[in-house]
Amino acid sequence: MSEKKPALWLRIWAIITYAYIYLPILILIIFSFNTQKLNVRWEGFTFHWYEVLFNDQEVMLATRNSLTVAAVSTTAATIIGTMAALALQRYRFPGYTLAESTLYIPVIIPEVVMGISLLAFFAQIGFTLGLGTITLAHIAFNIPFVTLVVRARLHGFDKAIEEAAMDLGANELTTFWRVTLPTIMPGVLSGALLAFTLSLDDYVITYFTAGPGSTTLPLRVFSMVRFAVTPEVNALSTLWVLTVFTLLLIGQLAQRRRV
Amino acid sequence: MAETTTSQPFGRSFTVVAKIRENARMQGLVLISPTIIYLALFLLLPLLLVVVLSVMTRGPYGNVVYRLNLQNYTRLIDPLYLRILGYSLTVAAFTTLVTILIGYPLAYYIARVPEVQRAPLLFLILVPFWTNFIIRIYAWIMLLRSEGLLNSLLINLGVIQIPMEILYTPTAVLIGMVYEFLPFMVLPLYTSLEKIENAQLEAAADLGARPWQAFLRITLPLSVPGMIAGSILVFIPAMGMFVVPDLMGGAKTVLVGNLIRNQFLTARDWPFGAAASMLLLLLTLVFTLFYTRKAGFGEELLL
Amino acid sequence: MAQFAVELHEVVKRFPNPGGGEITAVNQVTLHIQHGEFFSLLGPSGCGKTTTLRMIAGFEWPTMGEIHISGQAMGRRPPFLRPVNTVFQNYALFQHMTVFQNVAFGLEMDNIDKNEIKRRVEAALEMVQLSGMGSRKPKQLSGGQQQRVALARALVKRPAVLLLDEPLGALDLKLRKEMQLELKALQNQVGITFIYVTHDQEEALIMSDRIAVMNKGEALQIGSPVEIYERPNCRFVADFIGETNFLAGTVTELNAETARVELKSLGYELAGLKLGDLRKGQNVTISVRPEKIRLVEDPSKGIGVPKNAENCFPARVIDSAYIGSDTRLVVDFGPGIKLRVWEQNRISTLDPRAFYKQGDQVWVFLMPENTLVIADT
Repeated sequence: MSEKKPALWLRIWAIITYAYIYLPILILIIFSFNTQKLNVRWEGFTFHWYEVLFNDQEVMLATRNSLTVAAVSTTAATIIGTMAALALQRYRFPGYTLAESTLYIPVIIPEVVMGISLLAFFAQIGFTLGLGTITLAHIAFNIPFVTLVVRARLHGFDKAIEEAAMDLGANELTTFWRVTLPTIMPGVLSGALLAFTLSLDDYVITYFTAGPGSTTLPLRVFSMVRFAVTPEVNALSTLWVLTVFTLLLIGQLAQRRRV
Repeated sequence: MAETTTSQPFGRSFTVVAKIRENARMQGLVLISPTIIYLALFLLLPLLLVVVLSVMTRGPYGNVVYRLNLQNYTRLIDPLYLRILGYSLTVAAFTTLVTILIGYPLAYYIARVPEVQRAPLLFLILVPFWTNFIIRIYAWIMLLRSEGLLNSLLINLGVIQIPMEILYTPTAVLIGMVYEFLPFMVLPLYTSLEKIENAQLEAAADLGARPWQAFLRITLPLSVPGMIAGSILVFIPAMGMFVVPDLMGGAKTVLVGNLIRNQFLTARDWPFGAAASMLLLLLTLVFTLFYTRKAGFGEELLL
Repeated sequence: MAQFAVELHEVVKRFPNPGGGEITAVNQVTLHIQHGEFFSLLGPSGCGKTTTLRMIAGFEWPTMGEIHISGQAMGRRPPFLRPVNTVFQNYALFQHMTVFQNVAFGLEMDNIDKNEIKRRVEAALEMVQLSGMGSRKPKQLSGGQQQRVALARALVKRPAVLLLDEPLGALDLKLRKEMQLELKALQNQVGITFIYVTHDQEEALIMSDRIAVMNKGEALQIGSPVEIYERPNCRFVADFIGETNFLAGTVTELNAETARVELKSLGYELAGLKLGDLRKGQNVTISVRPEKIRLVEDPSKGIGVPKNAENCFPARVIDSAYIGSDTRLVVDFGPGIKLRVWEQNRISTLDPRAFYKQGDQVWVFLMPENTLVIADT
C-alpha cells in the first residue's frame, strides 16, 4: 500500500491494540517471578516457582507426552499429507473430488464435533483411550493441514525439472528422491512445522481422546488453570511464550537468510 | 486401428510397476490411498457414527441402546436449547464484529507503514497467535478475577470500593473470545489491504476524491475479501468454542460447545449430544457455504 | 549403423479434450532424420512440433505409428531408457544443485566413475564457455548462462540425438542472435544430430540443414531452407516463411513446368512456375515474394526488362518506407489488390528522384521464374 506515513490516530490505535494483546502476557511473565502466591501484589523476585515447575513430575510427564505425540503424528501426517498433495496437484483420478472434500472436513469442522466423534468411535471399537488414541486423532487433523501447505508450494513447481531428470537417465524413484523432494522440501518442512505446532497446542480434540493417565501439556495446563491459580502456572506460561518467541524468531531469520 | 508395438525395456518386466508407470491415474490413486484410507477410518466413520448415534436412545446407565429415537432432535427445539444455540450465535457474531472493529485499524496501520517496519509488527502478532490459547486465557483470568490484578489496582487507586465481578460474566467471555481470535482477523485483513495498489488511490485522488472518500469507495470494498476470510476464521470456530466459556464464563454461560461436552462426559447422554453435534455441524456447513460463496473461496488468503 | 538417426513413421498423437472428445495434436507425421543433421521442427503455436519432440524424448507415447532412434524401436520406453537428451525451454535446471552437480547428474545416473565424471563435466563446461562456474547455483547465473548449463548437462552424456525445445525463446534479441550462431557452430563441432523446435522461421532458416514446417499437427513440407523458401508446396508454407504476396486466380493453360493463370477480378494473365499437380480451371494461389518483384519504367521501352515482357502490369505507389538497406513499398495493383515490393537501395545517393514516392506510377514486373502457382488449400 501507500508509502505515506499513516495518520496519528491509527498509530495510537495500533499501540493500544498491541498493548491489549501483550499486557496480559507481560504481566503473566512478571508475576512468574513474584514471591507472593496469590498473584495480586508484587512482593519480591524469586525463581522459586520455576523450581516448583521443574520438580513437578506431572508437568514433566505431560511435556514428554506432548512431544512424543507431536513427533509421531507429525512424521506420519507429513508423509501421508505430502503424498496427498502430490496426488491432488498433478493427477486426475476417480474419487478426486471426494478425496479433496474429505480433506477439507477437519479444517472446517468444529473441534468439539471431531473430538466427540472420535471418542464415540474409539469406544465403539473398544480402543482404550490413551496416548495411542491421541496420536491417531492428531494424525487425522494434521494430514489436511500438511496437504494444504504442500499444495500451495507445489503451485509454482516446474514439472520440467522432473522430465529433465528422467531425460538424463533417472527413473521415477530416483527422480523423486534426488530432484522432486529436495525442491519441495521447504514446503514439506513448513507443513511439518505447522503439524507439530498444531499437535503440541491442541486441547479440544486431545481432551476427548485422552484417557486417564495420558495427559498432554495443554490438558495439564488447563487443569492447573482451573483449579490452582499459583504462579507455577505463570512460570510454565512464561517458558511457553519464550519458547514460541524464540522458535518464531529463528524461523523468521532463517527465511530472511534464504532469500 | 493399429496400436503402437510395445518393446520390453531390457527384458525386465515388472508388470505392476509398468502398469503404474503407464497409467497416470493409477499413480494418483496410489499416492492418495493412504490419505483416503486413514481419513475414511478416523474421520468419516466416526462422523457416520455420530449421525447414527443422534437417532439412538440413551440407556439407563448412560450407555447407548440401539433403538431408533428421533426425540433427541425434538428435544433440541425446546426453548432452553434454542436459547443456548442463539446465545452461541450471538457470541460468535459479536466476537466477529469486535475483532473487525479492533483489528481493521490495526491491519490498516501495518499495511501503511514502510516495508521495513512491517515484518516485526507482523511478528508481534504472530507470537500470541502461536502461543497456546489456554495460557492467553489464563492471563486474562489473572487480571479479571475478583482478587485479580485489575480489581486490586482499581481498589488501590480508590476508583471503586468493592471488586467488580467481571470474571464469570458474558462480558468476560467476550473479552476472552476477542483476545483469542483477534490475530485470525488481523492477518487476512492485512493480506487483503496490503494488496491494494497505491496507484488506485492516487488515481482516485487525481479524480477528486478526498481521503475519506477514497477509503469508503476504494479501500473498504477491496478489503472485503480479507474481512470475509477473517470472518470464516473467527465466526465458525467461535460457534463451537467451549473452552473460553468454560474457563471465563462459569456455570452461567453455556454455549453449544459446552452443551455437547456435557452430554458426552457429564450427563452421559451420547445420543442427545450427537444430535446437538449434528445441529452444530449443520450450522457450520451453512455458514461456511454462505461465506465461501461470498468470497469465491479465500484459500489463498488462509495461507 | 542404422540408416537414419531418428525415424517417425506415420505417428499420430491424440489427447482427450477437456470439453469432451479428442484433440489430434500430431497427425500422421513421417520424418527421416539423418545422422549429424541439424533438423528443425518449425510452426506456429499449437502446431504439434513440441508434442512431436516430446514423443521422441519419451515424455509422451504415440497413439499410433512408430518411432525409431538409431534403428531401434522405442515403443513405450520411458525417457531414461532412450539414447536422447533434451534441452528444455525454460532450462529446467535443478535449483538445489550447483552447476557442476547439474551437469554431473546424468553421468551419475549411468554409474560412471567419479574421476571420469569430473573430467567430463569440466570438459563440457569448457565447451559452453562456463569453466569455473561449477560451484555456482543456477539462481546466480544470467539467462544466457543458465541456457548453456542446460546445454552442457545434455551434451555431457554424448547422446546420439540432442532435442532442443525452443531453447532461445527466453533470451533477448541480441543474445538470441549470438546463441544461434554458437549453437550451429557447436553442432558442427560435436557432430551430433540436433532436432530443434522453434516458431521463429528466421531462426530455423539460419540454423537448419533441413526444416519440417508443421501446422495443425501435420508436417506440410520437409526440405532444406532454400527449398522451403523458394519452393513452398502450399499456401501456408509460403505465408509462414518470409513475406510474400498472394493473388487469386484460375489456371488457363498448363505446360510441363509452367502454368498460365488468369487473375481474378483483374483479367490479367500471368505466367508462373507450376508447383505440384494442377488442372485446367483449378482455383490457385499465386505467391510472389516482395524482394522478387521489380519496378520498371516502361516495359515497351525495354529498359531493364525484356521488351514487351509478360507479367508486367501498371501500378501506383501508395506507401513507401525507407529502411536504409532497402525501400519497402506498397503498390496499388488493381481493385483492392495491393502488392508489397522491396527494392534494394543499390546506389548511394541523396537525390530524391532516385526514390519512389507516394503517387508514382510504376510498372511491376513479376518474373515468371519468381511467380509461384500453388494449389489452393
